Amino acid sequence: MIELKNIVKSYGEKEVLNIESLKISRGKICGIMGPSGAGKSTLLRIINGLEKPTSGSIYFDGKKVSFPPELSLRRRMTMVFQKPVLFSTTVYNNVIYGLKVRGRENRQKVLQAIEFVGLKGMEKRNALSLSGGEAQRIALARAIVLEPELLLLDEPTANLDPANVEIIENLLLELNSKKNTTILIVTHNIFQAKRISEEVVFMKNGFVIEKGPTNKVFSRPSASQTAAFIKGEMIF
Amino acid sequence: MFKSIVKKTVLMLVVMMFIALAFGCANGQADKELILATTTSTYDSGLLDFLIPEFEKETGYNVSILAKGTGASLELGKRGDSDVLLVHAKSRELKLVEEGYFVDRVDVMYNDFVILGGPEDPAKISGMKDVAEAFKKIANSKAEFASRGDNSGTNMKELAIWEKAGIKPQGDWYLSLGQGMGDTLRVANEKGAYTLADRGTYLAMKDKINLQVLVEGDPILFNQYGIMAVNPDKHEGINYDGAKALIDFMVSEKGQKMIGDYKKFGEQLFVPNAK
Amino acid sequence: MNEGFLNNLWNALQLILAWDTELVRIVGLSLFVSGAAVLIAALFAIPLGTFLGLKNSKWVRYISKIIYTFMGLPPVVAGLVVFLLLSKSGPLGILELLWTPWAMIIAQVMLALPIITGLTMTAIKSKDQAIGKTALTLGASKYQAALAVIREARIAIISAIVAGLGRVIAEVGAVMMVGGNIQGKTRVMTTAIVLETRKGNFEMALSLGIILLVLAFIINSILMTIQGEKDY
Repeated sequence: MIELKNIVKSYGEKEVLNIESLKISRGKICGIMGPSGAGKSTLLRIINGLEKPTSGSIYFDGKKVSFPPELSLRRRMTMVFQKPVLFSTTVYNNVIYGLKVRGRENRQKVLQAIEFVGLKGMEKRNALSLSGGEAQRIALARAIVLEPELLLLDEPTANLDPANVEIIENLLLELNSKKNTTILIVTHNIFQAKRISEEVVFMKNGFVIEKGPTNKVFSRPSASQTAAFIKGEMIF
Repeated sequence: MFKSIVKKTVLMLVVMMFIALAFGCANGQADKELILATTTSTYDSGLLDFLIPEFEKETGYNVSILAKGTGASLELGKRGDSDVLLVHAKSRELKLVEEGYFVDRVDVMYNDFVILGGPEDPAKISGMKDVAEAFKKIANSKAEFASRGDNSGTNMKELAIWEKAGIKPQGDWYLSLGQGMGDTLRVANEKGAYTLADRGTYLAMKDKINLQVLVEGDPILFNQYGIMAVNPDKHEGINYDGAKALIDFMVSEKGQKMIGDYKKFGEQLFVPNAK
Repeated sequence: MNEGFLNNLWNALQLILAWDTELVRIVGLSLFVSGAAVLIAALFAIPLGTFLGLKNSKWVRYISKIIYTFMGLPPVVAGLVVFLLLSKSGPLGILELLWTPWAMIIAQVMLALPIITGLTMTAIKSKDQAIGKTALTLGASKYQAALAVIREARIAIISAIVAGLGRVIAEVGAVMMVGGNIQGKTRVMTTAIVLETRKGNFEMALSLGIILLVLAFIINSILMTIQGEKDY
C-alpha cells in the first residue's frame, strides 16, 4: 500500500530519518517500535504529508506522492496523535468534523463511531471537559468515522491508564478485522506491539533496523540491536 | 454558544453606533458652517457662550469653536483649518495680516493681565505699580513663578515683561508648564506660585483658587483682542462670508454692548473698544 | 481636604443622575466614534492578523515587529499625523474632514488597528500548530484548516476587539487634535474632561470620569465573561 524509497529527513545538519526502503502492506496492523529519537514520529508525519522529506519518494498504491499530497489522497488516511487535540466544541461536532470538510455529514455514522469507542450519550458534552482517556477515544472516533484506508497512530496510549489502553487496543483489532483498515502504530511499548500487530518495524537513530512478522521478530530477531531492545536492555 | 456571543457583541456595537448617531452628529449645510479658532482663555471665560448663540440666531450660521492657544490658533488659521480667529497677540496678528494670511483685522475688546500670587507673597510685591520691577523682585527672591510656556498670547506678554525687566527667567523657581490658562492657575494655586493671568480667566476661577491680584494697572498689562478672517485666496473652501458676518457682528453696536454687558460673578470681564 | 473630595464626589454623582442632554450627547458621541473606529479597524485587522499568524516567513516576522511597535503608538502622534493629512494645507484637505467625528474615527482606527492585528496574530499563532495540523490530518483543505484555526481563536479575537475598544475610548490626544473638542459636534468624554478640568469645573470633570470608568468596567466585564467561556 505504502512504499518509501530512500527517504531522508534532516533538520539543518542533523539527519533524523534515513530509510532505504520500507513497504507497508494493505490490511495489516504494523507496529513501529524503537527508542526515543529513532525517528518513528517523523516517519508517520512524512507518510501523512505533514512534513516534507528532504529527499526520496513515497508511493501510495504504486503512485508517486507529491508534496504537499493531493487533498483526495490525504483524505484516504488520517492520524491520531499522542496528545489528542480536540476542538473546543461538543463531542458530536468534533467527530463530524472530518465528514463535514468532505461534505459528507452523516449523523448516523457519527453516533455509531461514538458508540464504537464506548462513549455513547456523550455527544453533547464539551470536548474539552473530557478526561485524557475519553479524549483519546473521541480522537479515535473522529478518525475512524472517516473509514480511512490507512490509520496512523502516534503513541495513542502512552498517557493512558491500563483500562483505557485495553479499550483502545481492542478497538483497533476490531477495526482492522471488520473494515480491513491498515493501521500503522508507533509505540515504544514492546508489549503493545506484540499484542496487536501482525508486523513490526524496529527503528533506531533514523534507520530501519529490522522488519518482519511479529512472531518472528520477537522470537528470532535477526539484528542484535533488536534483540537487545526486546530484552529491555539499554541500547544506544 | 460562542456564535451567540459574537452576535451579541456585534449587535451591541451596532446599537451603540445608532444611538450615538441619533445624538451625535447633526450636521447642517456646509456653507452655513463656520469655524472660529480662539484662545483657551477667551473660550473658558464663557463670553462666547453668551455671544455666539445670538449671532447664530441672527444670521443662521452654525459656529464651531476651537479653543487652542494663540500660537496654535494662528497656525491653524495659516493652514486654512479655520475661517475666523479671535485672538490676543496684536503685533503678531498685524504681521500675519501683512504677510497675507489674514484679512479684515479689527480690534474688538480688551481686558487686562494681572499678577497673581498666594496670600503669603514671599517676594513682597503686593500693591506695586511697575510690573517689571515686581518681576525683578520675584526673580531675586527665587519665589516660584508658573509660566504658561505654551507660546500663547499670555505667554508672549509674560516674556515681554521679563525682557523689559532685563531678566532671563530660568532656574528651579521658574516653572514653564506648557499648559492652558486654567491649568496654569491650578498649578500656581497648588504651589502658591506667582503667575501672570488674564483677568477674565482669573475671575472665572476666582472662587476655586486662593490666588489674589497683587499687581495690576500697569499699561504694559493691557490685553487687546482682535478678530480677523482667514484670507480666502490662500485656501479652498474658506467660509469668508461667514467670517465677515461674525466680524461685523462683533463690532456692531449690539455685539459691543453684549461684550460690555457680559458679567461673571458680578464683574465685567471685557471692555469693548471697536472703532 | 478629605471632606472636600467626598463633597466633590457627591456633587459629581448628582450631576450624573441629572443626566442632561449635553451629557448624553457627549457619551453617545464617544461610543459612536470609538465603536465605529473599532469595527472598521477589526474589519482590516482580523484578516491581516490571521494571515500573519498563519504565515511564518522572514518578512512576516519583520511586519510583526512593526505591528508590535505601533501597538504603543502615542495617541497624540496618531492625532498629529491625521491632522496633517486632513488639514486644508495637507494632501487630503479637500475632503473637509477635519474637526468632524469622521476625522476622530480615522485617528482612532490608526490606534486600534495595530492592537487588534497584533492580538489576533498572537491568538492565531497559538492555535495554528495543534489545531491546524489536526484539521489537516482529518482531511481539511488548507483553507478549511485556516477556518478551523480562526474558529478556535475566536474568543481571543473578540478579546482583541474589546481591548482595542478599551484603548480608544479612553484616549484623549488624538480626538482632541483632529476633532477640536467642538461643543455639540466633536466633544467626547475625554476631551470634555480636559476642558472642564481646565475651567476648574472639577465636579463635572469627575462625573465624566466616573461615567468613563463605568463604561470601561462594562467593557472589561464583557471581556472577562467571554474569556471565562474558555475554561468552562
